[in-house]
Amino acid sequence: MRLERRHESSRTALVLAPIGAIVFTMAISALLVLWAGAPVGRTYALLLQGGFGSVFAWSETLTRAIPLILTGLAATVAFKARLFNIGAEGQLFAGALAAVAVGGMHGGTGFELSPWLLFPLMMLAAAVAGALLLLGPALMKNKLGVDEVVTTLLINFIVLLGVSALLDGPMKDPSAMGWPQSVSLQSDLELGKLVAQTRVHTGLLWAVSLAVMVWAIFKYTVLGFDIRAVGANARAAVFAGVPVTRTVVMVALLSGALAGLAGAIEVAGRTSYVTLDMSPGYGYTGIAIAMLAGLHPLGVIAAGVFVAGVLVGADTMSRAVGVPTYIADVIVAASLVAVLVATLLTQYRVRMK
Amino acid sequence: MTDLLDILANPSFWVAVLRIATPLILGTLGVLLCERAGVLNLGIEGIMVAGAFTGWLAVFAGAPLWAGVGVAALTGMAFGLLHAFLTVGLALSQHVSGLGITLLATALSYFGYRVSFPKVNTPPTIAPFAPMEWLPVPILNAQTALTLLALLLVPAIAWVLYRTPLGLAVRMVGENPQAAESQGVSVAATRTGAIVAGSALMGVAGSFLTLSAFNAFFFNMVNGRGWICVALVVFASWRPGKALLGALLFAFFDALQLRLQQSGDAVLPYQIYLMLPYLLSILALVLVARKASYPQALMKPYRKGER
Repeated sequence: MRLERRHESSRTALVLAPIGAIVFTMAISALLVLWAGAPVGRTYALLLQGGFGSVFAWSETLTRAIPLILTGLAATVAFKARLFNIGAEGQLFAGALAAVAVGGMHGGTGFELSPWLLFPLMMLAAAVAGALLLLGPALMKNKLGVDEVVTTLLINFIVLLGVSALLDGPMKDPSAMGWPQSVSLQSDLELGKLVAQTRVHTGLLWAVSLAVMVWAIFKYTVLGFDIRAVGANARAAVFAGVPVTRTVVMVALLSGALAGLAGAIEVAGRTSYVTLDMSPGYGYTGIAIAMLAGLHPLGVIAAGVFVAGVLVGADTMSRAVGVPTYIADVIVAASLVAVLVATLLTQYRVRMK
Repeated sequence: MTDLLDILANPSFWVAVLRIATPLILGTLGVLLCERAGVLNLGIEGIMVAGAFTGWLAVFAGAPLWAGVGVAALTGMAFGLLHAFLTVGLALSQHVSGLGITLLATALSYFGYRVSFPKVNTPPTIAPFAPMEWLPVPILNAQTALTLLALLLVPAIAWVLYRTPLGLAVRMVGENPQAAESQGVSVAATRTGAIVAGSALMGVAGSFLTLSAFNAFFFNMVNGRGWICVALVVFASWRPGKALLGALLFAFFDALQLRLQQSGDAVLPYQIYLMLPYLLSILALVLVARKASYPQALMKPYRKGER
């Protein structure tokens, strides 16, 4: 078996590849539905309906999509420069903690600021916390050649344990009846609702604007050009005069900041305090979303909504027909693999010999 | 201080070290085989989950314990084959393919567990491997046969890698695939073989958790052990002997951490002790990074005729 590069790949093929891959995945996953002893058609219908079939379904899906779009963007920025940031989960928690530290911890100490000042400070703190967490691994990769995948992964465990220690100790809400949860944000720092009577909050606008911003950075700025150059071939980029270290640092700061903001926006928009289970692995799912989107920032919005819909729909479906919700994770992971293969086939032809 | 000496003087401490080290030894050898052939396998975390699940499920369904280990190895091989198809056959990014496999294998295992036991709250148990009490070696006789297997695999794999034509082929495709190809070694076949064999070891590493260390399958039971193995391979500079040493050292600190936590006069929150193994891994990576001698072709896909 060998691969031959195609002379050109059509735009239609590039758009159809992920869709075809997802259809293929759903077909394969049907076997799992059968294994669980449920009718395939009804299960998928319930899944779609639960994710996208009503105003309520859409509101839940979009709520779930907000952190996923942001962590998806974090992975997109980093992966584009071949900085494999697998630490978005830890960065998200760091951002959430920083947000609560600024926006919730100062009550009663006489440190009173107008929410107009405090809100940007809170978001800035979250972005900085996430960014700093990725800076170390990025520099270790760049200066020492330490594989960033392993360091960012290990840091996730360290951060989560740190969060757990803080929620047991200094940041614990004394009125939480013993539950390990942080103090709450001041209520005037919480994000407003986008649609009344639902959980969708204005964080959605943040996520979409940030996606557009990342897209504009890629397309129109020198940094965007440098990121693509470093990602394509770091050694060639050095010869071409691209400041590789500076680019890697910028990428790390941007990627980490996006993941940090994901945490702050979850806190400000949905939970209002930090708990250890505030993220069911948004950082890791973000990687799959970035890949599903072909590392395209605007595609991340679509991929984020799709994955959120599958996750939300699986909850409803599971209650109705008893297929375990883990099928959503299988679908996301299998689509990721299928999309990789499909995208490759748009660029290469497979020749059997 | 006397506390520390007490801990070290107690044989049960060393029994724990060897027990904690076992899945790390098996997993690290698995990663090492893949990487020696030039392929990073970040699927390990998921493959360990899958091996832990399928091995346990087979035994629960009535298979003998060793058949369970075999099933775990076969599970590992299946995911290894997928990884080989994606990274060797299609030359996709090894990072991304491995992460995809981890997500897929984990999700499939959890799904399979929930389908098999829909309404169970306490995980069903099996009778795990018994300690090898007949063995006249202290500490080792408190371990199960899987630990002995892991220890024996270290010299065995070292011997294959350095003393056989097969091992030479594996090392060649990891260092210089062009040269290997010109010597008539099939890069694709050798890499695929190494990945499949390495992934089988990862599956067995997972099965140790359910068939020896514990007697049931839990969610999150692998809990980052796979990633630690990836770090340990760098620490070991891709040598089986040093991999054993690294796994033992790591297990030593992990066991110590557990004892200090239990000794009652722990000054720090328990989470700080739990962080130690991860901090230690990062420190080890940084310390050896400068002199690390990566297999030259690691993470570089090989396409015939392309340079």
